[in-house]
Amino acid sequence: MSAAGHSLALRGLSKRYGSFTAVADVSLDVGQGEFLTLLGPSGSGKTTILMCIAGFVAPSEGAILLDGQDITPLPPERRDFGMVFQGYALFPHMTVAENVAFPLRVRKMGTAEREAKVRAALDLVQLSAFGERLPRQLSGGQQQRVALARALVFEPALLLLDEPLSALDKKLRAELQDELKALHRRIGRTFVNVTHDQEEALSLSDRVAILNHGKLIQQGAPAELYEAPRTRFVADFLGKSNFLAGTVQEVFAGGFAIGAGATRVVTASAELPPLGSQALLSLRPEKMALLAEGETAENTVTGSIASWSYLGAGYALNVATPDFGTLRITLPSWNAPIAPREGLPVRLGWSATASVPVLDDEP
Amino acid sequence: MMRRQDVGWWLLILPAFLLMTAFYVAPIAQVLAISFTEPTPGLGNYERLFTNESVQRVIITTLRICVITTTISLLLGYVLSYRIALASPAAQRWWILAVLVPLWISVLVRAFAWVTLLRRQGLVNETLMSTGLITEPLQLVWNEFGIVVGMVHYMVPYAVLPMLASMREIDPRLLAAARGLGAGRITIFAKIFLPLSLPGLLAAGVLVFIFTLGFYITPALLGGGKTLMVAEWIGLQILDLLRWGLGTMMATVLVVAILVTLAIFSRLVDMKRVFGGGGA
Repeated sequence: MSAAGHSLALRGLSKRYGSFTAVADVSLDVGQGEFLTLLGPSGSGKTTILMCIAGFVAPSEGAILLDGQDITPLPPERRDFGMVFQGYALFPHMTVAENVAFPLRVRKMGTAEREAKVRAALDLVQLSAFGERLPRQLSGGQQQRVALARALVFEPALLLLDEPLSALDKKLRAELQDELKALHRRIGRTFVNVTHDQEEALSLSDRVAILNHGKLIQQGAPAELYEAPRTRFVADFLGKSNFLAGTVQEVFAGGFAIGAGATRVVTASAELPPLGSQALLSLRPEKMALLAEGETAENTVTGSIASWSYLGAGYALNVATPDFGTLRITLPSWNAPIAPREGLPVRLGWSATASVPVLDDEP
Repeated sequence: MMRRQDVGWWLLILPAFLLMTAFYVAPIAQVLAISFTEPTPGLGNYERLFTNESVQRVIITTLRICVITTTISLLLGYVLSYRIALASPAAQRWWILAVLVPLWISVLVRAFAWVTLLRRQGLVNETLMSTGLITEPLQLVWNEFGIVVGMVHYMVPYAVLPMLASMREIDPRLLAAARGLGAGRITIFAKIFLPLSLPGLLAAGVLVFIFTLGFYITPALLGGGKTLMVAEWIGLQILDLLRWGLGTMMATVLVVAILVTLAIFSRLVDMKRVFGGGGA
């Protein structure tokens, strides 16, 4: 299978069911050979968008372009996209090899060529020895790989994945994530994946598009989204975050300061809000440190440990503060500076760049 | 040793067991016995299966009508089930109601209704004549055609129910997946839907075929006494001609035929489907 990535573009895509809007004016570009993940909670419209791309759902408005050509009116059977369905949708009455051969038979490919391609596809997913088995005789992970082989065997322009790993247990999921990523590298095709699992989205994708209530909230490389979330929803949905709300007290070059109660917090920011306005900062739990006696930081807050838990690799502490409510902080456990105990007074510190101003899009 | 708990369970089903033995198994055993003893002990009655032309004719007529009825019922039932299985849940409820309503109407009423429709001055003939398609009324009833019409009408719901059950088990995502992989409607039906609904089709076939073998009222009324099927023929032998030996012989043959059909099909298809046992 040669590298032959195609590009996909969504232009002002909307889908309404009666008065309910499932997808609202989504525009997206997927580059050649890119791995894009549509990430969002259930009901965010991510699956509807995938079904529009696959051709199973007709958009109410907007267009879908493949390499610049409008394919919106094409039925799914004429789009030549490979798709891995949730639950895999393997044909239960056909063997693994027959399942993989199905798209080739439909395309009336000659027997010799077909058999060679089926063999190559099963090799690709390391299932060459399982061709004669029925799907129900395979484990969940193996079924998933058959579904992948079946979706890739006819060298589709695009591979669509609908929650491809959601039916698997955690350990297997991590394993298949790595495999899926390696597969994407190897064949260089364009992948569009849908998931509600933020870890999966971060580890697999070149780019992630975050959706909520049918709207595209933010898109970008995983690290970009994690480090610089634009809204409260993105910060909250991708990983964990603390939110600090306050009034803008001072604006200076490259940042500003907010105040809440007796506490003042400085943050680095390119965009500067007007003095006196309300601002919200997102602060990741791992970006704070426990300060020792006399140690200083750009921002400090005092509080006491309300509760704590041991997570193996780290500790998670919930620290009650007078001005920002409860803040969550995580520490590596192997060199933790303190032994956590409820009621223990602590001082938290972080740098101006650790906190990021975000738009408050959630009540 | 049987545990006390088990004794309790057996006691619970004892009344049903006794009832079945007294009113079902015992009479059938007696039928079997009479077929070997009347009018003289021996295999004389069964010999007629091979020698008596009227016995052979009634068996062949019955088989022919049953095969035709089963085929047509399965065809109509399959189309109907397919339509219902692909309908929206709300529409499905109405479709199923429409399929089931005929089941609740007396078989006698339905047979007479068909006579009214199909007789020489009936609605069908009158309509065809007034449109000029025919000049003479067609013989639509009191022959095999009439019997088949009445029996198919009776059997379609029985064909629909097992087929619909098996079609509903087909994951709609399979059909979407086939489409996504490039298959057209006909391929999807032939390669995915039909093979997956085959168990239901076979189950419906067994159910309908066995039912039709023992049909009595519908052929009696719509056949007008000219076309005899096995059940009516048995009634005739026993009630009118008092040839108990011959009648019970045919009854035994009928029971054996049903058991043999079941035995053959139980190798092909899960019998729980036919009789609606729990799960697949």
